[in-house]
This record gives sequence, structure tokens and C-alpha cells, in this order.
Amino acid sequence: MSKISMTVNGKPASGEAEGRTLLVEFLRGELGLTGTHVGCDTSQCGACVVHVNGEAVKACTMFAGEADGAEVTTIEGMANPDGSLNAIQQAFQDHHGLQCGFCTPGMVMSAAALLKDNPKPSEAEVRDYLEGNICRCTGYHNIVKAIMAASGQDVTAIAAE
Amino acid sequence: MYDFELVKPKSVDEAVSALAAEDAQPLGGGQTLIPTMKQRLAAPAVLVSTHDIDGMKGVSTDGGVMTVGGATTHGTVAKEAASAFPGLAGLAAKIGDPAVRNRGTIGGSLANNDPAACYPAALLAAGGTVVTNAREIAADDFFEGMFTTALEEGELITVVKFNIPEKSNYQKFEQPASRFPLVGVFVAKHSDEVRVGVTGASEDGVFRWTEAEQALSSNFSAEAISGLTVSADGMIGDLHGTPDYRAHLVKVMTGRAVSAAE
Ligand SMILES: Cc1cc2nc3c(=O)[nH]c(=O)nc-3n(C[C@H](O)[C@H](O)[C@H](O)COP(=O)(O)OP(=O)(O)OC[C@H]3O[C@@H](n4cnc5c(N)ncnc54)[C@H](O)[C@@H]3O)c2cc1C
Ligand code: FES
Ligand code: FES
Repeated sequence: MSKISMTVNGKPASGEAEGRTLLVEFLRGELGLTGTHVGCDTSQCGACVVHVNGEAVKACTMFAGEADGAEVTTIEGMANPDGSLNAIQQAFQDHHGLQCGFCTPGMVMSAAALLKDNPKPSEAEVRDYLEGNICRCTGYHNIVKAIMAASGQDVTAIAAE
Repeated sequence: MYDFELVKPKSVDEAVSALAAEDAQPLGGGQTLIPTMKQRLAAPAVLVSTHDIDGMKGVSTDGGVMTVGGATTHGTVAKEAASAFPGLAGLAAKIGDPAVRNRGTIGGSLANNDPAACYPAALLAAGGTVVTNAREIAADDFFEGMFTTALEEGELITVVKFNIPEKSNYQKFEQPASRFPLVGVFVAKHSDEVRVGVTGASEDGVFRWTEAEQALSSNFSAEAISGLTVSADGMIGDLHGTPDYRAHLVKVMTGRAVSAAE
């Protein structure tokens, strides 16, 4: 066990980790941030996506020790400072971009990473970017719609096929 | 997963000394190694991360050669190789998904030599050199069958050099569940020859399709290979495709890569 420290959602956070402790285990178990989900634990589903130094990564496929000293953002850090939902989260609610909600933290984190690089993506670009995020419930259409809406684009033409 | 010690050296020299420890192994992006360790198919005692070694990161071009640091992520290659070597950038941009590309590295991909990995096809087709802490290994001598390379234990890929082709393209027939190619073909047209690297298809791992190379060297067009057939002998057969199907895909993907080459 050794002590590791990182900045999580803008605040300093530290805890104990073994070499093998995954970042997602550290966030959930050590820091109590259970918003980041583990869907597959095999790098396939994207439920565990968080940002490390501004980049989307799968927290189930990175060791906590690799993030020692890094800036980490999780779904708990996404709301506006007054606690209201941010634009992406609000769009998921408005456009029914979730059903059970299990994939949603990863979807929101991936969407935020996409919109940072590409503020006005096309529908095809959104679908392509979400390749590593799997949803068992929605069929994706409303997730894509929500992300397009969050980017400020008109989504009336994006009908559920 | 069994426990291990994680070390994060800042230089190649420090990494090489750390790798001298018993059961030590490099850790690139972990996108292959961490899942393998979870399955207890690998149980290193020490993992030596390449992530903090600045000298092993980045893309540069000099006199027709592109140099990529061994710890450079797929995402960085997709961006930084785009103008000088669009074929390579296009390949990197289609590996896995964005989160995998933000961690996975070229050194890890080449060292692992998965029979369906993308980069090995590019290295064989472009031609070039794998540079390690100890020596330089020519592309044609590097791959030794699936999951096997010329690397010795504890040897670190520090840099990968590609001969930039005049035109190139990579076509990946994606297996959507794994996001790996079922078959991937990299075609590179150099001033004096054409080279074709094929991944995903053969039980011996990545290979050069020399018949197509000869046909394309005299006539660089999809028609030039229309009369060729690829033998299904030694092709991979699994629930995603039979050997015949993979053999067929090799030709189709080669034709598409030739047509799309830029
Ligand atoms: C969902 C998913 C989809 C994927 N899709 C594709 C795809 O379409 N195409 C594709 O090609 N790959 C794909 N991959 C694999 C991905 O590209 C990996 O990143 C890559 O194969 C391994 O690189 P890494 O840096 O993660 O290496 P690691 O997992 O860290 O290491 C892999 C091996 O290489 C060794 N190693 C690492 N770095 C070095 C070095 N510098 N020198 C010597 N040895 C080293 C390690 O010891 C280990 O044995 C996918 C992975 C996932 C999880
Ligand atoms: S839990 Fe990490 S990708 Fe599924
Ligand atoms: S809303 Fe249930 S998995 Fe996506």
C-alpha cells in the first residue's frame, strides 16, 4: 500500500492504493465517488469513463497509481457550481437520453470530451465518438439527440428511427 | 489480479534499470496488459510505466522518415501524423474507441503483436525500423508470429521509424464487438515499390502479400489485383469468419486501400 494524491473535481484527494488498485476502485472505494460505474471491467462498455488531465479514459483500465498527481474529473464534478445540471446533463433529461441510467455517467463524460474538441459535431461524429460507450436500454438515438442539443444545435430533424 | 509494484521512471535509462528486476515488464497504456492481468494471464512483479518518459513521446518528420516515440498514444498519432503521413494517422484514428486511443501506445501495440493489431500492418507496409534501448530492428525482422516479436525480455521500444510512402491507406474491416479488425490491410506506394501489410487474417500474424505487391508495383490500381486469389490455407477461422471469408476480405480490403490511397 502506498499513499497517492490527485485533484478530483477541483479538490485535493488522497488515499491508500496497492499497485493493482484500479483508478475506478480508488474513486469508488477510497474516495466514495460511486457515480463512476463499472459495467464490464473489460474495457468494452465505457460506463467508467472519467477525465484524467482533460482526456477521456476508462477508469477500469488504468491503475490508480498512474493517476497520482493528476487532475481527475468524474460525473460528480459535472454539475454547475450552484448544483443545477450542466448543459449536457440537462439535455439528457430533456431528450430522454437515459432509461436505467447505468451507462449515463460514462456517456456524459464522453460527450463532454467530444464537445471540448469539437463543439458542433455532426450526428455521425457523435455516433463515432460513442463507439466505446455501450447502452443496453435506449437504442442510442436519444443519447445522440441529447448531445447534439447540448452543443446548441437544432435537433428537431433528428427523429428516432 | 495479482499485486505488483508500479514504477514511473522519467527517462529511458531509469526505465531500463527498473526493467532489470525479476519479472519486470513495461506498461504502456495498459489497454492490453491490464485486461490480461485481470485474467491472470500475466503476473508481473514490477510494472515500469513509459507514460512519464518525455523522450519517448511525440511525432516528428525528417527527410521522408516519420519518427514516433514508443510511448506516443494512438490519439496523438491520429492528430500529429495527419499532414505528413495520412495513412498512418487514419489507422491510428480508427483503433478501438476514443478512450482506448487516449491511453494505448504504439510501442505497446507493436510489442504485443496481436494477430489483429493495426500498427503491425503499417510498419510492414511502410517499412522502417523499431528502435529499442539496445539496437535497431528492421520492420521485416521484427514480427515473428502471433504475439511474438524479436524483442528480448526487458527490451524497450523507444522509437518507431516509418518510411513515409508517396501514397498510402489502411482499410479495416471492423469486428464491431471487439473493435479490432477482422481483416486490416495497409497499402503503401513507395517511389520504387509497393508494399502490402495484412493483419487479422493469418494464424502466423501480420504478413506481406507479396503477389499483390508485385502486381501493384507495375500498375497501382485495384484492377491490377483483380485476377489474384488469396489462399485460405493458414487463415484464421473463428465464430466471426471462416478462413475462406478472411482470404476473400484480404483481397477486397487491398483493393479498397489502393483506391483510397492518398
Ligand atoms: C476496446 C478495445 C479496442 C481495441 N481495438 C484495437 C484495434 O482496433 N486495433 C488495434 O491495433 N488495437 C486495438 N486495441 C488494443 C490497443 O491498441 C492497445 O492500446 C495496444 O494493443 C497495446 O498498447 P498499450 O500501450 O495499451 O500497451 P500495454 O497494454 O501497456 O502493453 C502491451 C504489451 O506491450 C508491452 N509494452 C508496452 N510498451 C512497450 C514498449 N514501449 N516497449 C516494449 N514493450 C512494451 C507490455 O509489457 C505488454 O506486454 C483495442 C483495445 C481495447 C481495450
Ligand atoms: S467498466 Fe470500464 S469499460 Fe466497462
Ligand atoms: S440507460 Fe440503461 S444502459 Fe444506458
